[in-house]
Amino acid sequence: MHLSSLVEMVESGFDDRVLLGTADDPVTGTRFGQMVRAGASTLQGATAVVYAGENHPLLPIALFSAAWAGVPFVPVNYRLEDHQLNALIARQPGALVLADSTTAPRLTGDSAPVVFDDWLDSLPAEPPAIDPPFDDDEVAVVLFTSGTTSEPKSALLRHRHLMAYLLGSVEFGGAGPDEAVLVTVPPYHVAGMANMLSNTFAGRRLVYLRAFEPTAWLDAVRREGITNAMVVPTMLSRIVDALEGQVADVPTLKSLSYGGAKVSERVLVDALTLFPATGFVNAYGLTETASTIAVLGPDDHRAAIESDDPLIKRRLSSAGQVLPMVEIEIRDEYEQPVPPGDPGMIFLRGEQISGEYATGSLLDADGWFCTRDRGFVDSDGYLFIEGRSDDTIIRGGENIAPAEIEEVLLAHPAVAEACVVGLPDDEWGQRIVAAVVLREGEAVDADTLRDVVRSQLRGSKTPEQIVFKSELPHTETGKLLRRFVLQELSESL
Amino acid sequence: MSMNLKPGARLFSAVCSTEMIAVKAPADAVEITIGGVAPVASAADREASGAVADGFGGGTAMGKRYVDVDDTVELLCTKPGDGVPAVGGALMQLKEAKALPASD
Repeated sequence: MHLSSLVEMVESGFDDRVLLGTADDPVTGTRFGQMVRAGASTLQGATAVVYAGENHPLLPIALFSAAWAGVPFVPVNYRLEDHQLNALIARQPGALVLADSTTAPRLTGDSAPVVFDDWLDSLPAEPPAIDPPFDDDEVAVVLFTSGTTSEPKSALLRHRHLMAYLLGSVEFGGAGPDEAVLVTVPPYHVAGMANMLSNTFAGRRLVYLRAFEPTAWLDAVRREGITNAMVVPTMLSRIVDALEGQVADVPTLKSLSYGGAKVSERVLVDALTLFPATGFVNAYGLTETASTIAVLGPDDHRAAIESDDPLIKRRLSSAGQVLPMVEIEIRDEYEQPVPPGDPGMIFLRGEQISGEYATGSLLDADGWFCTRDRGFVDSDGYLFIEGRSDDTIIRGGENIAPAEIEEVLLAHPAVAEACVVGLPDDEWGQRIVAAVVLREGEAVDADTLRDVVRSQLRGSKTPEQIVFKSELPHTETGKLLRRFVLQELSESL
Repeated sequence: MSMNLKPGARLFSAVCSTEMIAVKAPADAVEITIGGVAPVASAADREASGAVADGFGGGTAMGKRYVDVDDTVELLCTKPGDGVPAVGGALMQLKEAKALPASD
């Protein structure tokens, strides 16, 4: 199925339901359809729609207009340096470039940018009728991967991938008419795309917070009667800090999902305490898998918090169970499946798995996609992510996942952030070095932290060196930019 | 009346408010009815006087998916109504889907 079909479904099912916009200027399903048809009529001859800007209350109109016109939607990271941003846009010759008013003056490419608000104002009231496309093998969205271990790559998501995700994991019209979701993830991230699509499909009103700030987020939840929200772990951590131990006063908030990077268990336990009536959902997925492929639901969270059984307790740090329409295999270095509980490389297969870049498809002959994430699945089917395989440290022939050591460091009350990398070593091949940021006003020395790791893991996993930093580099969604930490430590140590 | 369906095709019941969209369609033509009567291509084409035929009522439900016995046709209800879809005269069955928590 094509995303243009979703527009027709919205018109049919949500004709008088408010899906977008502000209280002063609500957009019902009927108006949504009119705006998309009008938007598509401005795209004749365009090869794609690029969007360079912050979140906008009517952003889904740009995405669905592109779909209706049969061209890809390409959201780009407006926070990049000018030359990087212009280089990404130059990869889409002939595109209509939409931008927010702050970003537009920075764009110097061949296609003059159009300010998104001006484009919306200029949409024709009576557009010519355009027959929507049907071919779901066309590219719907081009996203740039976050590039934590290498340069960003452009991932292609076709209509069939996105619709497979929606049909497989979201019920059409499943949201009640009063439900609203607060969006804070940026539009150029797969979670931002998934936000738009899933909530439109569910019939849940999308409310955008342009710039994240924890107090503004809490205020918006109360003011807009928000029922659902998705945050990245750094946002969750800042919300928890802003609450200062007080239970959050958010009576409408039924569901809070988090994903996009690894969350600290301490932050999560605090959040569960401060949002006692909210269901927590952890979502794991990649750009190349058209968003979420595994979910840890509210019941799993509460069970883990309340259980004394270590196998159930540890599920708090799990990515949950794989979606029913996605197949998973954990494979060893010979690409053979391993028994439950054994770690290895995560392979995925299913209709939503794209595994494709502008440079070609990475799916193997049987349709499997190697995520390059390492992890294991326990005997009850819970998936645990250990991190990128490219980040795996090989010390004296032993494979060591940095995440395991980072978890131990992060559990120390004085530690705010930790990044563990392997540096070249004559004796061991690689030696373990940890970059640590302390919490404000806290102090701890390197030997104490090394002792903590040694007591919980073992000697071979204890960092040879611990370096204290004032901050660590992250992507906008809170993923550690390990390649920069590695580079800096290689040069300085 | 047989019709060639493709995913994304819209089906409007001629005799009730049901509106559906094809999620899965076979290569060959199929005979589909909603409420016992062949569907139409838009809401404007509905008959004012039609009624749901005996044995084809019971109602469709918003967002639910209906499949035929061979699992070759799947329709999703975008607007509910009194009729029920059928393939070759056999009522389509409600497809049970496991509810998943909203993750985004």
